[in-house]
Amino acid sequence: MTKYISVLPETHWLTRLRRFISHGDSLWQWILIIASLLALTIVLAIGWMLWRESADARNAFGFGFLTPTANPSWDPVNNNFQAWPFIYGTLLTSFAALIIAIPISVGIAIFLSELCPAWLRLPLNWLVELLAAIPSVVYGLWGIFVFLPLVVSPIANGLFTAFGSLPVVGSLFAGPVPANGASRLGAAFILTIMIIPTITAVTRDVLLAIPANQREASLALGSTQWETIWQVLLPYGLSGILGAVILGLGRALGETMAVTMVIGNSIEGSASLLRPGYTMASIIANEFAEAVSKLHSQALIEIGLILFFMTLVLNIVARLLVWRVARKTPQEARV
Amino acid sequence: MTSRFKELIEKNQARLSARRKTVNAAMLSLTGVMTLLAILPLFWIVGYVIYKGGQYINVDFFIHTARPLGMAGGGVLHAIEGTLVITLLAAVFAIPPGLLAAFYAARYPNTTLGVALRFGTDVLSGVPSIVIGLFAYAVIVKPMGHYSAFAGGAAMAMLMLPTIIRTTEEMLKLVPHALREGSLALGAPEWKTSISVVFPAALNGVVTGFLLAIARAAGETAPLLFTALGNERYDVGKIVTNGIAQKQSLFQIFGRIFDQPADSLPLTLWKYAQQPYPERIQQSWAVALVLMLFVLLVNIIARLWIESRKRRLQG
Repeated sequence: MTKYISVLPETHWLTRLRRFISHGDSLWQWILIIASLLALTIVLAIGWMLWRESADARNAFGFGFLTPTANPSWDPVNNNFQAWPFIYGTLLTSFAALIIAIPISVGIAIFLSELCPAWLRLPLNWLVELLAAIPSVVYGLWGIFVFLPLVVSPIANGLFTAFGSLPVVGSLFAGPVPANGASRLGAAFILTIMIIPTITAVTRDVLLAIPANQREASLALGSTQWETIWQVLLPYGLSGILGAVILGLGRALGETMAVTMVIGNSIEGSASLLRPGYTMASIIANEFAEAVSKLHSQALIEIGLILFFMTLVLNIVARLLVWRVARKTPQEARV
Repeated sequence: MTSRFKELIEKNQARLSARRKTVNAAMLSLTGVMTLLAILPLFWIVGYVIYKGGQYINVDFFIHTARPLGMAGGGVLHAIEGTLVITLLAAVFAIPPGLLAAFYAARYPNTTLGVALRFGTDVLSGVPSIVIGLFAYAVIVKPMGHYSAFAGGAAMAMLMLPTIIRTTEEMLKLVPHALREGSLALGAPEWKTSISVVFPAALNGVVTGFLLAIARAAGETAPLLFTALGNERYDVGKIVTNGIAQKQSLFQIFGRIFDQPADSLPLTLWKYAQQPYPERIQQSWAVALVLMLFVLLVNIIARLWIESRKRRLQG
């Protein structure tokens, strides 16, 4: 065994460095900390870069960029941009998708966590999760050639004849329905299929985290299984389910390719669900690579900034809600 | 009086209980119907894409690059190569930091940074992929002055990072504490325990997590739209043979592979599907088939693997 005799004093920085490296643990810990900080830095850097890169557009258009207008302008030639039609398109399609997806997803989650026989649970879980694994462009392709003509067009025509002439909601269902079916309704339906796995997975986990004694107490009082689900389990997990819904909304807001392929991409004043439109993500996807002026690309980045901010807030709220349910339930009380 | 009252209650109860039973049966079966309803599109999409894509797929499709617009034939070799290059770059960028961050998250879950990391990962996984594309454009494409496979890979890496951190963390947490403690008790430092005891024990699951992240990234289009941009003349084979013929160094050849715009399968699908040429639309169905089968197969294999692993670890 060789003995190392240091000629340097104990407090010298080289001695310290040698000890720091030779033991290795503090070095290892610092490497881990730096890697962890990287992931956090990316989130902050995204916000900061988009904010910086959209400076001119923010100065030029101010808050008028975001506010609702009757005659929105998106004019790359005269450099006049307003984002309202895209914000409206995103919100309308996402909320429409949410309204359809919530009952279906909660239903599936109930089936998977409460009713399904054990041997069927895993395969069904997988099938629902595979729905999320199919690439978005494949949804889009299928949407254009199969879903729009076969499903969306008939439903859109039906909605138009049923509600199109009503006084208040009529503007939401105004026609004419485009011949190929490309419309905000088509985008909403595709989004529904795409967010069902997200909402289902989180809702199922929330339901599974509810202590068994809640179910047993309710059944012992004579409730039917459905009454147990409806009056005990769903209220108990409500904030977690709300979190799941918000996560789904976040996914719907940011979904790009499939929506761009089926929404018809047109800027027009109509507020109708049955007319083609644009979403924030799809205008960026369509125009950014070919932006004609600096202000044009900056306006698109500003739309990206708004989108980032919206999903950021939604994600934070959703995570807090889901965490609250998880914390409320003590570990030992779970099934 | 009391008997009449009793009779009324009983009658009421009978009616009520019949109603409650019907509601119960109806709602419970409704949840089953909803499950079927949600799974229907999956089979519809998978079936239709196999049916359509199967008609147009052939050997040329895999070994030729694109022919000029309007000409029949040709393949998507450029896109397959581009997908491989971009996903490989993304894996190289995302796996090392993701792995280390997962070590931190699994080892110190309750420190401030641990909580912040989990929160940050969740938030990052919720950022729309198109926004990540914009970010990569601002920090890489703009300073470099041109679109490139490198920028595409970096954007993909940011998208993969949260998936990698989360799945790796879960797999590391499954490793029994006794293993770590045994190693520490034998006098091994923390880092050696992590690298040569905990990590090998979790290796299978961790690799599966990487596969899932890669499969997810391979199907993404939005982050590539203005980073890799697309390039129908991308041909790695030609770059390499030309490079060797001109006696270029290895770095120069790599530079040429990574430094020019590249295509990828989803990007090709998106572009072809919007063109008015029937042969391009046929090819886009074939691309969809390849892409979908790849993603689904990786997903199914990875899940089977994880499931068997979990069973073994949990006994």
